[in-house]
Amino acid sequence: MPQPIPPRQRHRGPWRRIALGVPAAALAVFLVATPALACGGLIGPNGAVNLLRTTTFAGYHDGVEHYVTAFKFAGGGGAFGSITPLPGIPTSVEKGGDWTLQRLIRETSPIRLFDAAPSAASSAGAVEIMTVKIDALDITVLKGGAADIGQWATKHGFRLPPDAPAVLDFYARRSEIFLAAAFDADAAKARGQAVGDGTSVHITIPTRNPWVPLRILALGKSGGEPVTADVYLLTDRAPALLPAPTGSNGIRLDASQSASDSLLSDLRSDRGMAWVPETAWLTKVAVDGEASQLGYDLAVDASGAGRPSAVDAGLALPAPPPAPSSFDLGRLLLALSFVAVGLVGVALMTSSRPGGRPLAS
Amino acid sequence: MTTGRRTVASLVAGVGIALATALGASAVARSNDPLVIPITIHFSHYEPSSVTVPVGRAVTFVITNTDPIDHEWIVGDAALHQRHRAGTEPVHNVRPTEITIPALSERRTTVTFAAPGALQFICHLPGHEAYGMVGTVTITPGG
Repeated sequence: MPQPIPPRQRHRGPWRRIALGVPAAALAVFLVATPALACGGLIGPNGAVNLLRTTTFAGYHDGVEHYVTAFKFAGGGGAFGSITPLPGIPTSVEKGGDWTLQRLIRETSPIRLFDAAPSAASSAGAVEIMTVKIDALDITVLKGGAADIGQWATKHGFRLPPDAPAVLDFYARRSEIFLAAAFDADAAKARGQAVGDGTSVHITIPTRNPWVPLRILALGKSGGEPVTADVYLLTDRAPALLPAPTGSNGIRLDASQSASDSLLSDLRSDRGMAWVPETAWLTKVAVDGEASQLGYDLAVDASGAGRPSAVDAGLALPAPPPAPSSFDLGRLLLALSFVAVGLVGVALMTSSRPGGRPLAS
Repeated sequence: MTTGRRTVASLVAGVGIALATALGASAVARSNDPLVIPITIHFSHYEPSSVTVPVGRAVTFVITNTDPIDHEWIVGDAALHQRHRAGTEPVHNVRPTEITIPALSERRTTVTFAAPGALQFICHLPGHEAYGMVGTVTITPGG
């Protein structure tokens, strides 16, 4: 049940509740929408956060990352939104498959056949480079710096929590691509969506390596608040992860195994999932920690080199662009050659005149 | 001392006296001007978060919000802050001790503190105080 809006907030205009979602895998996590988005940190006007656990899938094959996530409608009304950092410009944002997420959950958490108990439902400077409407979701892919995205979000009615400037900056330093999703609960109701129904979204992003934003999961949460999510990775070979999911750092490795033929076949048969290869490695990373622990993202090296990027993990800043050299030898030589040619020309003109007299003005 | 040397010495002395007079006048003028204190808001924190000002003298706070979200700067005692925690004003632009700084903008406000002591300045937008948008103004006696 939506919590009452504090008096102060009622005078703040038609705020749209917002969550800063994660790129790729985490993206799915944040776009799960309820009156408060699930597990992505969708923030209500009173700062409350819905703590539902969500599931995200990040597949990587042939240099392309596929993110599949779901927005769940949990009743209520009004508009909600999320902003998710992405590792690159997507080539497509489309309605996701019908059973990919459920099938992944089943693969790592087999359902007991005789379990009688029902399971829990589960700115000014920003450039809009893609807009897509999927069911009750209005999705916009944006390019811009932290301030640009913040202004765009504010202008479009999103209320950013106080940690948003730092979080946006954290992501924009590595990728200036964000995905904003506005979820219209009233439209969902009008469409006949029932509580618990979800809209899955499939985002296709060419990138050198998958990258799963995790810090965004803690957006708007105080240090001790729990953050939970399940992230599934499907890669050509066993990936190297940074940080390593030790369990004590807020992420835990729940599964790392060769993907079964039946799983791959089932995934491949879903909408938009024909890219799933014949063989693959399945990894499940459970996010189960406190907000203060999630100061990083999950860098994935799926190449087999075993060197996940500290920059992708948010543990190091990207190298600054090369500064213009103060001493450019090429330009200096060019300038000297022009001077030499000029001097030779003057010398020739002077020597060609009788008596070597200077030119008359 | 030759006449030439006397002339030079007189000139030097005259220039020195003139400069001293000008500087003195300037110092007197400055003591009447507001004390200017810049405060930057970055990543939802005040920088600096602690300032010291003399009692009875006008102080102009130049508050620059570098964040893409709005913030507030409200200075006062505990009772005032308690009222604002449950307040209903969406924007502050009437009282010099209570101002709203829109995203990526600068606001100036001049305040004269009447009594020595310590006051807090806080942003009372939802969640901002808990996130750390709190600072202190220490007012020293004897201006």
